[in-house]
Amino acid sequence: MAKRIGVFICHCGENIASKVDVEQLRKYAENLDNVVVSKTHKYICSEGGANEIKETIKKYKLNGLVTASCSPRMHEHTFRKIVKDGGLNPFNLEIANIREQCSWIHDDRKIATTKAKKILRGAVAKAGLLESLVAPKVKVKPGAMVIGGGIAGIQSALDLAEKGHKVYLVEKSPTIGGRMAQLDKTFPTLDCSGCILTPKMKEVSSNPNITLLTYSEVTNIEGSIGNYNVNVKKKARYVDLKACKGCGDCAVACRLHDRIDCEFDMGLGKRSAIYVPFAQAIPPKYTIDKDTCLMFTKGKCGTGPLCVEACPENCIDFKQKDTEVNIEVGVIIVATGYDVLDPSAMNEYSYANCKDVITTLEMERLISSAGPTDGKILKPSNGEEPKSVTFLLCVGSRDETECSWCCRIGCMSALKQAYLLKEKLGDKVEINICYTDIRSFGKGYEEFYRKIRGMNINFFRGRPSEVKDNKENLKIDIFDTTTNKLFEITTDLVVLTPAIVPRDDADVFSRLVRISQSADGFLLEAHPKLRPMDTFTSGIFIAGSCQGPKDVQDSVAHASGAASRAANILSKEEYETEPFISIVNEDLCSGCATCISVCPYDAITLEKQKDDTSIAKVDETLCMGCGACVVACPSGAMQQQGFKDKQILAMIDAYAKED
Amino acid sequence: MTDSYEPNIIAFLCNWCSYAGSDLAGTSRIKYPPNVRSIRVMCSGRVDTSFILRALKKGADGVLIAGCHPGDCHYQSGNYKTNRRIILLKKLLDQLGIDEKRVRFDYISASEGQKFADVVTEFVNELKEIGPCTLKEVEQ
Amino acid sequence: MSKEKKDKPKFAFYWAASCGGCEIAVLDIDEKILDVANNAEILFWPVAMDFKYKDVEAMKDNYIDVCFFNGAIRTSEQEYLAKLLRKKSKALVAFGSCAINGGIPGLANVSNKKEIFETAYIDNPSTENPDKIVPKTNSKVKEGSLTLPEFYDTVKSLDQTVKVDYYLPGCPPPTKLIINAITAIFENKLPENGSVLAPLKSVCDECAREKTEKKITDIKRVYEMENIDPKICLLEQGIICLGPATRGGCGALCLDANMPCTGCGGPTPNSLDQGAKMISALASVIGIEHEEEMSEQEINDLIDKIIDPIGTFYKYGLPTAIINRRVKK
Repeated sequence: MAKRIGVFICHCGENIASKVDVEQLRKYAENLDNVVVSKTHKYICSEGGANEIKETIKKYKLNGLVTASCSPRMHEHTFRKIVKDGGLNPFNLEIANIREQCSWIHDDRKIATTKAKKILRGAVAKAGLLESLVAPKVKVKPGAMVIGGGIAGIQSALDLAEKGHKVYLVEKSPTIGGRMAQLDKTFPTLDCSGCILTPKMKEVSSNPNITLLTYSEVTNIEGSIGNYNVNVKKKARYVDLKACKGCGDCAVACRLHDRIDCEFDMGLGKRSAIYVPFAQAIPPKYTIDKDTCLMFTKGKCGTGPLCVEACPENCIDFKQKDTEVNIEVGVIIVATGYDVLDPSAMNEYSYANCKDVITTLEMERLISSAGPTDGKILKPSNGEEPKSVTFLLCVGSRDETECSWCCRIGCMSALKQAYLLKEKLGDKVEINICYTDIRSFGKGYEEFYRKIRGMNINFFRGRPSEVKDNKENLKIDIFDTTTNKLFEITTDLVVLTPAIVPRDDADVFSRLVRISQSADGFLLEAHPKLRPMDTFTSGIFIAGSCQGPKDVQDSVAHASGAASRAANILSKEEYETEPFISIVNEDLCSGCATCISVCPYDAITLEKQKDDTSIAKVDETLCMGCGACVVACPSGAMQQQGFKDKQILAMIDAYAKED
Repeated sequence: MTDSYEPNIIAFLCNWCSYAGSDLAGTSRIKYPPNVRSIRVMCSGRVDTSFILRALKKGADGVLIAGCHPGDCHYQSGNYKTNRRIILLKKLLDQLGIDEKRVRFDYISASEGQKFADVVTEFVNELKEIGPCTLKEVEQ
Repeated sequence: MSKEKKDKPKFAFYWAASCGGCEIAVLDIDEKILDVANNAEILFWPVAMDFKYKDVEAMKDNYIDVCFFNGAIRTSEQEYLAKLLRKKSKALVAFGSCAINGGIPGLANVSNKKEIFETAYIDNPSTENPDKIVPKTNSKVKEGSLTLPEFYDTVKSLDQTVKVDYYLPGCPPPTKLIINAITAIFENKLPENGSVLAPLKSVCDECAREKTEKKITDIKRVYEMENIDPKICLLEQGIICLGPATRGGCGALCLDANMPCTGCGGPTPNSLDQGAKMISALASVIGIEHEEEMSEQEINDLIDKIIDPIGTFYKYGLPTAIINRRVKK
């Protein structure tokens, strides 16, 4: 049947029309092979544009449509839906990208229009060979996995569970709670962080729809949307979780009692080798850290492990092994959180050498009544109260040599801590804040800032060049741009607000999950404005700070959004995937088996025929549509629907020829 | 090597990385020369050797194939295969007397808009120096 | 010239740039040749019978029913005969690899007339030609003018010169395929115009070797192998075999003799370029086992073991390849 193609050229407001002569392009399209009608429209993605496309399809009996518009990565789904509503198979659509790859790049109208013509020519050539395709449907497995048990992961899990879905919440450390559990208070309301977090943690543990897998890590993910197969390694705690009542006698008795740096307290406090990260841990069970426990590092613990003696329930079992479980879910939400930049490498701040130069997270632990100093503000060097505390903001942030981005939470964290210090120490302590800008953008944030500004706290606008350690005090030189004066601050305790950075295993993890990272290393969202919780891998979503620095309220909102997006898929029994799978022409396939090892999903097998020859067979449910097998097929028997050799060749020929 | 010669470059870009990177260059309004016409494929592993040869034969002066960085391929390993195919193709091009610099394989991620622009600019300049590809004029 | 017999199909055979093997192949159909002699009228067969070009020139257009044309086109004489026989034949069959894809003579496309003449007539150890005399198309002698065909720079296939009706692939075409073709002609059962008179599938379909999956870790020449396992696919043993990219019909005879297929059957249907397809396929599976860990140097070293890509992948098909000759730039 002859191809009847309609071409729609979008003005995209001024985005395209200001640089590309759309009318000239429209006339040009009329003369291309197979084109029966060519139109322009201000916004083809609008209701009006959609209606015009649908009417044109019917009026001209089109069996192919080409849009010259924004990138297919923007609106392919929109246009496919319009085409489908217009009665045409949605895969008879080809998009000529004349915005992101043309009008937004070239200022010269002549150049942009000439290039747009070429791009359109290629698209029309391919459209002339497109075929109707049927999108395969996959059965959606019930259940979701949330990776990461911080506030974002907790929120996503609770939302999904409330909707009635089964959730597996996987957390690397022995307890959920994440960074928020380390905070004393949250800004701007100064809520007690533990008080608002622990009820949610408790809900997670008691919700019948949530299976909590703490001290566990994801080791492998296979499959695709609706059908993910996840391998989770449950690390051995060497404690029987059913028997353990969380009494803590073991930790008190431990031979290494109070000798090991406590990670939760950012190294400022100590713990035992058998420990619980913090008092409200969920699950409230103890864990033996095999990297420090003498039974593992030395092979024995004195005359015998003291924890075993002390435990009334006989929970300790050094013979436990890591176990692996395989979990099938329909969707995955990644909520793995963030790290803070270690300022040790930035010598000018003296962080590595001086005990009294600490980070905001470390200060948070000092402030916390459950922290290493029971909430007393004491200098780590000598345990005395500081007479002067200086906050340095933007350490490593907004810095081309370290992290170019704003950490988003630094200003508010420092203001909050300044307030809490004043609350604890009153005017006994001098507080200085050295800032670049105060970014108090959220609801109630500006008001909080003004309150702090009205207190007896010194604000300097500038970045100090160094923190000099004079042993009995610290000196900071700073040029204040508001007064144009150079100040020398003498202080006892310096608090650095370090940059917020992706987890150090973000690149390994992103490959494991098969999602991309942005330039800054955080996990990449599908669209920063419209799809901030989606990734480019269907069925995998991101929530919280793993996508970019956020405070608690934005993390919670993001997480609820991710849960909603995930639930959209789980609420369906079947999900339509893309039809760009590989197909074997059985008349041409000689069973040479070259394609078998090339498929990363093991989707191709050799099937013996009656006459003892073999033919390659593609499992449609496993094929992800990469096309590697098509190129590996030496005889041309393998083709990829929607990206057939002849379709691509038509584009090549159209692009290659001279005008 | 006349001044009016503008290299015609056909680029094969993969949907998840380099095509997105190219889009990002546009979104960021980064300027680069207009010589590229791109063909979107789902994976750089879909680029057949015959596509590259056809492009050169039919009039392209250069062919750019851009995929995900090693280890980041959306389909695990497509880009490794592309790399090997292009290495072998370049051996053939050498025997055929075609400057192997006319075929360029690069790794460009979704967030590397500037890199895309830089690669195109560099490629255009290189092709201007090598001169137009005269394959289409060769006696059939 | 024998009398016209209205019922018998009229055949013609011609050899252009060829080795003569295709002519022998016709005789290789053994006793069936008698069928041909009895049931067909041979109007023109330079290798076997004494006909002159002017005999063909005198024929009416489309007088010959089927002309079997083997050999590539590389001189003006061959070009002339191709056009002449096209005019005088109802059906023109490109017979053998040379006619279909250019064949072994096609490898001359890595060179040109000047270089070839220099090597053949001037610059080689067994020739003394101090005056550097090379063949000329026109030489005046006292008796008159002597002409030689013009020698072209580029070797072409038959269908790059004239329209071809059928293709019989092989170097030479296997006996079975020739017999099938001739039988089809006698029974008036030829397939649609433009068809290749050979199976659709590649040589692997006829090859009895076991194929499981291809993960090639090394490339070996046949002489480097201590033992070639007769039961396992040669590619899987590291020997470059073009079987998967080559049209079958030959019964995989070379494979039975423990030799890899070199591609004489030409490309499979829908294949744009036999050599390019084999390059794509081979590069896909070579070094695939450890592809994520291999360094760029290791990959290059492995691929460097494939010497002479043109000779390996375009042994019979350079003139009809996408890029069909060596160029300067």
